[in-house]
Amino acid sequence: MADVTTNSPRLILTDTNFRLWLPLLWIGVIAAAALLAPLIAPHDPLAQDLMLERLPPFFMDGSEPGYWLGTDSLGRDVLSRIIYGARIALFVSLIAATTTGIFGSALGLIAGFYGGWADRVISRLVDIWMAFPPVLFAVLLVAVMGTGLGSVIAAIALIDWTRFARVIRAETMVQARMDYVDSARIGGARRAATLVSEILPNVMPSIIALLMLEMGIAVIVEAILSFVNLSISSDDPTWGSMIAEGRGAIHFAWWVLLFPLIALFMTVLSFSTLGEGLKQRFDPVLK
Amino acid sequence: MNQMTQPTPPALFSIRDLRLSFADRAHKPLFGPAPRVEVLKGLSLEIPEGRITGIVGESGSGKSTFGRILVRLLAPESGQVLFDGKDIGALGEAALRPLRRDLQMIFQDPMSSLNPRHKVWRIIAQPMKRYGRGGDRTDAITALEKVGLSAHFADRYPHELSGGQRQRVGIARAIALEPRFILADEIVSGLDVSSQAQVLTLLADLARDMGLTLAFISHDLSVIRHLCDTVVVLHHGVIVDQGPVEDVFEHPQSEITKSLLSAIPHPEMDETWWDDMPEPA
Repeated sequence: MADVTTNSPRLILTDTNFRLWLPLLWIGVIAAAALLAPLIAPHDPLAQDLMLERLPPFFMDGSEPGYWLGTDSLGRDVLSRIIYGARIALFVSLIAATTTGIFGSALGLIAGFYGGWADRVISRLVDIWMAFPPVLFAVLLVAVMGTGLGSVIAAIALIDWTRFARVIRAETMVQARMDYVDSARIGGARRAATLVSEILPNVMPSIIALLMLEMGIAVIVEAILSFVNLSISSDDPTWGSMIAEGRGAIHFAWWVLLFPLIALFMTVLSFSTLGEGLKQRFDPVLK
Repeated sequence: MNQMTQPTPPALFSIRDLRLSFADRAHKPLFGPAPRVEVLKGLSLEIPEGRITGIVGESGSGKSTFGRILVRLLAPESGQVLFDGKDIGALGEAALRPLRRDLQMIFQDPMSSLNPRHKVWRIIAQPMKRYGRGGDRTDAITALEKVGLSAHFADRYPHELSGGQRQRVGIARAIALEPRFILADEIVSGLDVSSQAQVLTLLADLARDMGLTLAFISHDLSVIRHLCDTVVVLHHGVIVDQGPVEDVFEHPQSEITKSLLSAIPHPEMDETWWDDMPEPA
């Protein structure tokens, strides 16, 4: 696999490129939708029209022109709500994953490189943290801190930092035993400088891959919290709240649930695939 | 090649009763401390300045551990390590840092000792910058040319080089600091025979040109005989033989040295080998 990638021109659809460009394409579409929502959304996502409730999508009988993916039980346009929902999903995933990633990776690097009591404290903290059921933990946190996007982001960061800390700690321990760390010492480097300029670049592919995974997870957690009505106000269009609303009408208006679910699924899948693709693309040794 | 006809130069390293043991965690009882495994059992020797000293022994003889104490990647438990008259055995990392310019090392595995994320020129230039000896791309290229690599290697990554080229980069990094001492720890064991000879000749030439002291760790006595002025034979953490290479090779004092010497393959062909071959069909 590695050989094929090395020898072929960049844009041929090898396995690595497939994992890189396809998810990038979908995330690009979602990102464009999020940025340009007011321009491209055909309707106001909050506008209710009870005369147009539960219109089917365009390819079915009884659909109305302009309502491509149908309307929900209050006559709101599903496509417009998905487009506006992308804003919240991407905003949460970007901020939450970055916060989680920086915090968790820093702790993992310190634990893995310095060892000793720093490692013992951080590792025990991770063990204790992981004993809590994560969804229950998130629900509790949001219940205490109050609903709102800030709480959702804080909940994700406070729960999932352990994912980064564990993986990056293990990776750092492997790297810290490599001869290039001793070489840096022989070359007069300080400990902290060795961690930042020698080890961190080698751990970076794993951090990026985890970061992408975490973005997908953040989208899901936000959807879960929306589903149980603990994210932002239920009027605002989020994919999770759309799925929750669509659940009641699944037998006669399945499109209200299915289309946001597809958007969610594709986005989460794209993020985790992109993580793998980036790792393969930018790891000089794997490449 | 041998300089031992000249009077013995002053010692760069004087080592007195050097001891080191590791905790054996595999045999740690449930309560109480783990038993200690003695790796070095009171070594005393001198490493003459400006000469190439070979350190020989089988695996597990403690030769690499001893080498790592010389460049202070490890600290001894007891005993003195006098470098240029100063005991460096108990110094902390901060006190060692200014001395490290003079205590360089070339590692056994050039793949793992060169950071895969850094370009070759940066690997060479970073230590130079730390010790205020330049550290530009051009300084790195000068060092590369000294080890017979052209300037276009500067922008390569280590995984793009062959084993012999990587080890040359390791040599370039060490000599770029113009140190007084370089430890070479089994530096050719991962290379094929033709690059082995090239790398060894290169290192010996550089050492003599720059007048630096070299400690050369190997389990291969033919390499030691070819390269070194003096030799130290280690066995289970004890020195069993030491002296000028010729003396040790002609008149080995210990059974260990004799058995190591008998393991050197002879250049003459053993004709009886053919007698055991099956007849061609």
